[in-house]
Amino acid sequence: MIPVGFDYQRPESVDAALALLAEHGDDATVLAGGHSLLPVMKLRLAAPEVVIDIGRVAELNYIRVDGDEIAIGAGTRYRDIVISDVLAKECALLPAVTRTVGDPQVRHRGTLGGALAHGDPAGDLPAAILALEGTIVLRSPRGERKVPITEFYTGVFSSVKEPDELIVEIRVPRTGSTGWAYEKFTRRSNDWAIVAVAVVTAADGARRIGLVNMGSTPLRAKATEAALAEGKSIEEAAALAAEGTEPPADNAGTPEYRRHLVTVLTRRALQTAAG
Amino acid sequence: MKVEITVNGEHTSHDVEPRTLLAHYLRENLGLKATNIGCDTTSCGACTVLVDGEAVKSCTVLAVQADQQSVTTMEGLEGAAQGELGHPVTRAFRQEHGLQCGFCTPGMVMAAVSLIDENPDLTEKDVREGLEGNLCRCTGYHNIVRAVLVAAGKDPDAAQAAEAVSGERTTAPGFSTGEGDK
Amino acid sequence: MSILGTRVVRTEDPVFLTRGATYTDDLTDERLTGALHVTLVRSPLAHATINSIDVEEARNAPGVVAVFTGADCDIAPALLFPAANKAMLRPFLATDRVRYVGEAVAAVLTEEAYQGEDAADLVDVDYEPLDAVVDMKEALKDEVLLFPEAGTNSVTAMHLAKEEPGDDFFADCEVVVSREIVNQRVAAAPLETRAASAYWGEDGRCTIFCSTQNAQSARDEVAGWLGMDAKDLRLILPDVGGGFGAKIGADPEFALVAWLSKKVGRPVRWNESRSENMTGMVQGRAQLQTITIGGDRDGTVKAYRLDVVADAGAYPRLGVALPMFTRMMAPGTYDIPKVWSTAQVVATNTTSTAAYRGAGRPEATQAIERAMDLFADEIGMDPAELRKKNVIKPEQFPFTTKGGAEYDSGEYAKAIDLACQAADYEGLRAEQARRRERGDALQLGIGVSSYVEITGGGAFVENATVQVHPDGTVTVLTGTSPHGQGHATAWAMLASEELGIPVEKITVKHGDTDLIPTGAGTMGSRSLQTGGVAVHNAAVELVELAKQRAADVLEASVGDLELDKATGSIVVKGAPGAKSVSLADLAGTEELKVFHEWDAKKPTFPFGAHVAVVEVDVESGKATVERIWALDDAGPILNPLIFDGQRHGGIAQGIAQAMLEEVVFDSEGQPLTATFADYGIPSAAELPSFDLVNMETPTTINSMGFKGVGEAGTIGSCPAVHNAVIDAVSHLGVSHIDMPLTPVRVWTAIHEAQKESAK
Repeated sequence: MIPVGFDYQRPESVDAALALLAEHGDDATVLAGGHSLLPVMKLRLAAPEVVIDIGRVAELNYIRVDGDEIAIGAGTRYRDIVISDVLAKECALLPAVTRTVGDPQVRHRGTLGGALAHGDPAGDLPAAILALEGTIVLRSPRGERKVPITEFYTGVFSSVKEPDELIVEIRVPRTGSTGWAYEKFTRRSNDWAIVAVAVVTAADGARRIGLVNMGSTPLRAKATEAALAEGKSIEEAAALAAEGTEPPADNAGTPEYRRHLVTVLTRRALQTAAG
Repeated sequence: MKVEITVNGEHTSHDVEPRTLLAHYLRENLGLKATNIGCDTTSCGACTVLVDGEAVKSCTVLAVQADQQSVTTMEGLEGAAQGELGHPVTRAFRQEHGLQCGFCTPGMVMAAVSLIDENPDLTEKDVREGLEGNLCRCTGYHNIVRAVLVAAGKDPDAAQAAEAVSGERTTAPGFSTGEGDK
Repeated sequence: MSILGTRVVRTEDPVFLTRGATYTDDLTDERLTGALHVTLVRSPLAHATINSIDVEEARNAPGVVAVFTGADCDIAPALLFPAANKAMLRPFLATDRVRYVGEAVAAVLTEEAYQGEDAADLVDVDYEPLDAVVDMKEALKDEVLLFPEAGTNSVTAMHLAKEEPGDDFFADCEVVVSREIVNQRVAAAPLETRAASAYWGEDGRCTIFCSTQNAQSARDEVAGWLGMDAKDLRLILPDVGGGFGAKIGADPEFALVAWLSKKVGRPVRWNESRSENMTGMVQGRAQLQTITIGGDRDGTVKAYRLDVVADAGAYPRLGVALPMFTRMMAPGTYDIPKVWSTAQVVATNTTSTAAYRGAGRPEATQAIERAMDLFADEIGMDPAELRKKNVIKPEQFPFTTKGGAEYDSGEYAKAIDLACQAADYEGLRAEQARRRERGDALQLGIGVSSYVEITGGGAFVENATVQVHPDGTVTVLTGTSPHGQGHATAWAMLASEELGIPVEKITVKHGDTDLIPTGAGTMGSRSLQTGGVAVHNAAVELVELAKQRAADVLEASVGDLELDKATGSIVVKGAPGAKSVSLADLAGTEELKVFHEWDAKKPTFPFGAHVAVVEVDVESGKATVERIWALDDAGPILNPLIFDGQRHGGIAQGIAQAMLEEVVFDSEGQPLTATFADYGIPSAAELPSFDLVNMETPTTINSMGFKGVGEAGTIGSCPAVHNAVIDAVSHLGVSHIDMPLTPVRVWTAIHEAQKESAK
């Protein structure tokens, strides 16, 4: 199967990409690694008139410490996140989550910015960035704005990103190499998560918990976090993990099953993160 | 739109539609038919080739995305042009009977080449997880795993025996990737 | 030293591992130069009438040469399985009605493949949706009819038992256990999808290149559909990328491709996408079974009853026949005094069913092996012990079962013992007890299966031609049709053994109906015991022929001559250094070639026992296959490399059905598993390495003692794994879970059992 025909543009700078986005508006789609976009284009579920390939925009490819945060260029590939020494030391959750995305071939192509822009509620990275309370940096001809991930997603595959905006950077706090865990539950190794739970320990010692595939957007296990803050045990707190979630029904699981599963995975993740 | 791609060490150039998939560029424009297409959803890995040395699924890469880059297919491995198994991976696939109908084989071989390149010190578990993006319907993977271990210079009997009694989960985990994992 | 039984690496591999195999879609054959690409427009609805089809816009799209609909197609709708209801005809392009998602309604022919997909999108079909029937029990009610003219959805009466068993069938049993189980629908999913290309020669003959498991019968089927003489049709099989039963025979698309080629006067080629394949290619299993088993508390099984409903899909095909094997093999390896079975076959608004690895026998094995575990559970007996107590004893062979099969040879209890010993069955049970006592989250399950199956059961006759050439090379022609099974190597070994000519000099050819007009192909694990034996016999005959010819040359009597296998020469017995003549030299004088047809007359019955160990995370329901010990006895092993490879692949597919795979349709008949992202084929990461245990009990049906092994692994592993997962949670009150044993199903079963026990 092959995509519907389109015009192809390959800018080499962010400014050039933004100019093209401004020119083509809703008719254009940004192509990064292409591993979310091309499959839906091949199945003809998407048929953009213009594809703007930002795969060669070198300025979007970096991982660096920036004050209290790590700044990651939106074009950084999964593979580069997985093997990053900086992230292993400063934010070990992120490479660990990333190495569960897709398969090696996918990780050679897919990018962090692409995963966040796609915003699949079953995706690993949106929930991980949510647990990290990361920030998305958006740029358009109108300027740059920083959106906390907590305010970024508005629904399934949708966010506050405007059509003329490009994700240029993701910023995450330096949470270090310990105090985290990722419990991903799949049928097959490279399937999307039936449910997954990311746990990270903030600078103040608080546990933050991101949930994958428990609603139309990535979610935080707020009730569990609050219970932990009140000094409840891991077991007691984890039992609340499904509060406020609206998990989907599909072949892999009923909503009831997912609500149960998330408590098991949350407990295990919290235990692992506690070391 | 014109693309220039170095394929198996040779410069190639063709005028293609932007939507042309790299897999089709290799098969139709260049006549390199080893690379097969087995699915529509980036699932089976039969189309795996190396782009700048790294395994990718060529059904999910546009030819225009590979413009000015270098692609290696199974036909480009050592000895292949002479019909000889000059590469450790292809030699091991034959020796260990890592193929039956052959359809997944070119992609499996290229995924293995990339895997060994990135991690020469492979265990059975590493190989199984490293090949998660490539489906084979004939072999049950048993002999493919052995072939990759052999190509990586490991003793497949020892590796499989160690894995069998390790108690470590061989298979699709509830991937606990916490620090307690190591 | 004999080459038989040795580990010979495959002669086909160097090409497969360098330039790659050549599948139908890879062909650059000059006869296909300028071929048009066929793109089929397929129904998005499972059941609908067609009001109209507008192809004008498609016809005007770039690159389009022609568009055809059912109104244009004059191939008469065909009954795809002879014993099906005569009204259940399949059109080659739908005309007034579609009956499953994926049914072809129009064909678009374009210069380029990409243009075809664009133009196909422009074909505008006006459908009037009808209620669809997907559930087999619903279909049996005949409220929604697929073929109103048939008046029923029932496909055939061929598997109905002649009479009901009496009320006293289980009367002498202390314990009777009964329940319904599902042997779910699965997809064969060979990595190469279906493909066919066709061209017509100036002589009026048509050549079709296609992907199938048996060229000759596919030729006859296509000829029948097209109303042609089979002599005017030539099928050529390039390399075939897996079949697993789903490529047995011809697909209607093959005939359509030939018809289209004639219509436009140009060669055409068709290669389906995976999405088309997951609805268009025949699927397997799809049986609803009610099993009832009765016996005494001491473990004596006395009576067994199996009631089957089989799903034919929308257009009845080979799947209609398979309950015959299910019924025949119903009692499995056991000597059960009373066995009764029946099967209904029903049409539904789904993809047609046919053979999938095992084809009717795995369904029988799954049923009896679940029944044995249910019975063991009920009387509190170890499942391995129960099996050994009831299996047919070695001295009872040949043994005619209550299912009507004549088992040739077997040592079933020994197979169970050897597999259990290899697995340290007692040790596993002890570990299981420890975990149960501790209440671990990870519980251990141990599953045992004892199986027997039929191989070579479909077609008993096969032929081979062996020819020695003056240059010392050999050509073997075979009516079998390898698609991964390594016949090029195995058949060369058989010929080499008799001819004294090395394997490297022997070329095996197959799958060209002009070259090899008769043959039955590769299916039902038949190849070695039919085609392989034919090669052996042909080679033996060729040596005899050579001796007769050599008698003149060497001026000796035939009785004094023998073949020196070290040199491939005919020599005088006991006269070293005397005159000799090589087979090659004899071939230089006169064609040295033998055609041999071998009629096995009967099938063989390979058997075995598998022990599976699984871990089940009772908190999440996740089951993981940790190890499997597989004893598969198929008689003498010709090439352990290939023999083990067949078992590995079989074991994986059995595990896959138990754990992961299921073709799912919603109540409207929409497929929910139509891509590889949704359909659960396992990767290497979901499977362990396999432990193989060997035993070789020859058959008496052929001189070599060979039985078949292609499907054995699947038949043995699936029930072993199924039983193991249930065993892991049986102490929690779970007695059965239907396959596939996905986390949600296992958890739900535990959850329901706990709710039940809390009452």
